[in-house]
Amino acid sequence: MANKRAKQKSKYTLDRGIPGAFEGETVTRRRFMTGAAHSAGAVAAAAFTLPALGFAVGPIFKQERHSWEDIGPLEAFSENNYIPVVVTINPGVGEVGKTTAYVRKRNPAIDTDRYDSTTPYIAISTRCAHVGCPVRWIDAAERFVCPCHGGVYDLLGRRVSGPPVRPLDRFPTRVRAGRVQLYTGRFSVNSELRRFSPRDPGEPLDGIGQYLYPSRPSARIP
Amino acid sequence: MARRPAPPLPSALKAPPPRPGEGNGPLSPVEQAKEAGITVVDWVDERTSLSGAARWLMFRKVPKGTNWYYTLGSATLFAFLSQAVTGVFLAMFYRPDAAGGAYESIRHITDDVFLGQFVRGMHLWGASVMVVLVFLHMGRTFLFGAYKYPRELNWVIGVVLLILTMVMALTGYLLPFDQRAYWATIVANNITATGPLVGPYLGDFLRSGPEFTATTLSRFYAIHMLLVPGAIAALIGAHLYLVTKLGTTAPPWSKVDRRPELSETEV
Ligand code: HEM
Ligand code: FES
Repeated sequence: MANKRAKQKSKYTLDRGIPGAFEGETVTRRRFMTGAAHSAGAVAAAAFTLPALGFAVGPIFKQERHSWEDIGPLEAFSENNYIPVVVTINPGVGEVGKTTAYVRKRNPAIDTDRYDSTTPYIAISTRCAHVGCPVRWIDAAERFVCPCHGGVYDLLGRRVSGPPVRPLDRFPTRVRAGRVQLYTGRFSVNSELRRFSPRDPGEPLDGIGQYLYPSRPSARIP
Repeated sequence: MARRPAPPLPSALKAPPPRPGEGNGPLSPVEQAKEAGITVVDWVDERTSLSGAARWLMFRKVPKGTNWYYTLGSATLFAFLSQAVTGVFLAMFYRPDAAGGAYESIRHITDDVFLGQFVRGMHLWGASVMVVLVFLHMGRTFLFGAYKYPRELNWVIGVVLLILTMVMALTGYLLPFDQRAYWATIVANNITATGPLVGPYLGDFLRSGPEFTATTLSRFYAIHMLLVPGAIAALIGAHLYLVTKLGTTAPPWSKVDRRPELSETEV
């Protein structure tokens, strides 16, 4: 009995008394062939699954390209009111790639946030910070108003009422040769107007929000 | 099979009985056609043994008290088949082109193509019908307690089918590419992205990038017409296999038969 158990423990197939075993062999040929066939199947399946999967999820990791767009002469914009401009943020898809931005000259009296003092013009994205409907600037009320669920924002794009979770996103601007230029990649701001890399609507940026909704490789702060 | 008696024809119209030694005579065309059909079925069956499977699938015992609510699953199945067929034909005219072609191809189907408006309407209304039927069928299986042992796995498959049906509804909604389709998808995509931690990446995956582009439309189209229908068809197969294997549940109000000759003490 003890002898038999010792025999079965041996790593050599010959010692284990397996028919057709070879000297010094530790894995039977049958077991080896089964393993080889399974591995070959796994390699073949991976050969088409992995590239296809990578192809499908690739865009998550690819950074979107953006550019500076001319939006008009310096005099076109005032300090106290918004002028709508239409910019193409996704080239090549016609109307779908365009969006409206509301632009106004930076006014030191109201734009007192510490974070964004380098932007000469304030360009507010019309994408509502609730779930992304297009907001409109209502001059008489001095508010941005969203048609979908009643989100309302003030002159600086900060939420006044309704379901939005953070202020409206903004576009970077600069002045070149007497013209105002707008960078077509947005950035997001929290309720103190501190800059964050672009987030999708509905993702709060105050407190724990910035960690629950991490920035993505596809959209970085410009 | 028992035959009905022949109608009482006047003797002048009756075929004369075969004379002795004539056998049954040559086969009439109808009989020949029947014979040919039987030959074909036999030929296939001899090589596949499919008739057993067909009998297993179709001639099942159903519990006493089975009622109209048990047809809701088959109704859902037919709604799916209708979507599949009308969808294939819509795909012959549809173009997933975000720069205006998608909208134009839908307009073309609706305004110009023969029966286009009808087939598109069937697919459009059929989508709502299927969603409603899935929920009714789920309600039926829930209220009848059909999700209990040993049918839990069928319930789980059902839940996946429900989710996939909703994915179909979501991805199909974008395809007409009008204002409603576009904004509804923007909103749906942003809602997806509000899931904590993984949400932002899921949103990017659906959109295929941080913004809505032409790729978003083709991606939705591929998911809508290839990926999910295939998965639904396969899962319906598994669902029906389990239904056949396990049988359906008796209605909760049906009493166990207390026939003395069947009770254990008698055996
Ligand atoms: C594409 C969607 C679906 C199709 C085509 C489908 C089809 C069917 C069919 C034909 C039956 C046979 C009995 C009957 O009709 O009641 C059945 C049974 C069943 N289904 Fe579904 N089904 C679907 C979705 C679901 C969903 C969403 C659930 C629940 C989450 C579900 C759970 C069940 C269960 C538990 C049974 C067994 C019923 C019994 O044993 O009495 N199914 N299904
Ligand atoms: S999308 Fe603006 S309030 Fe909901």
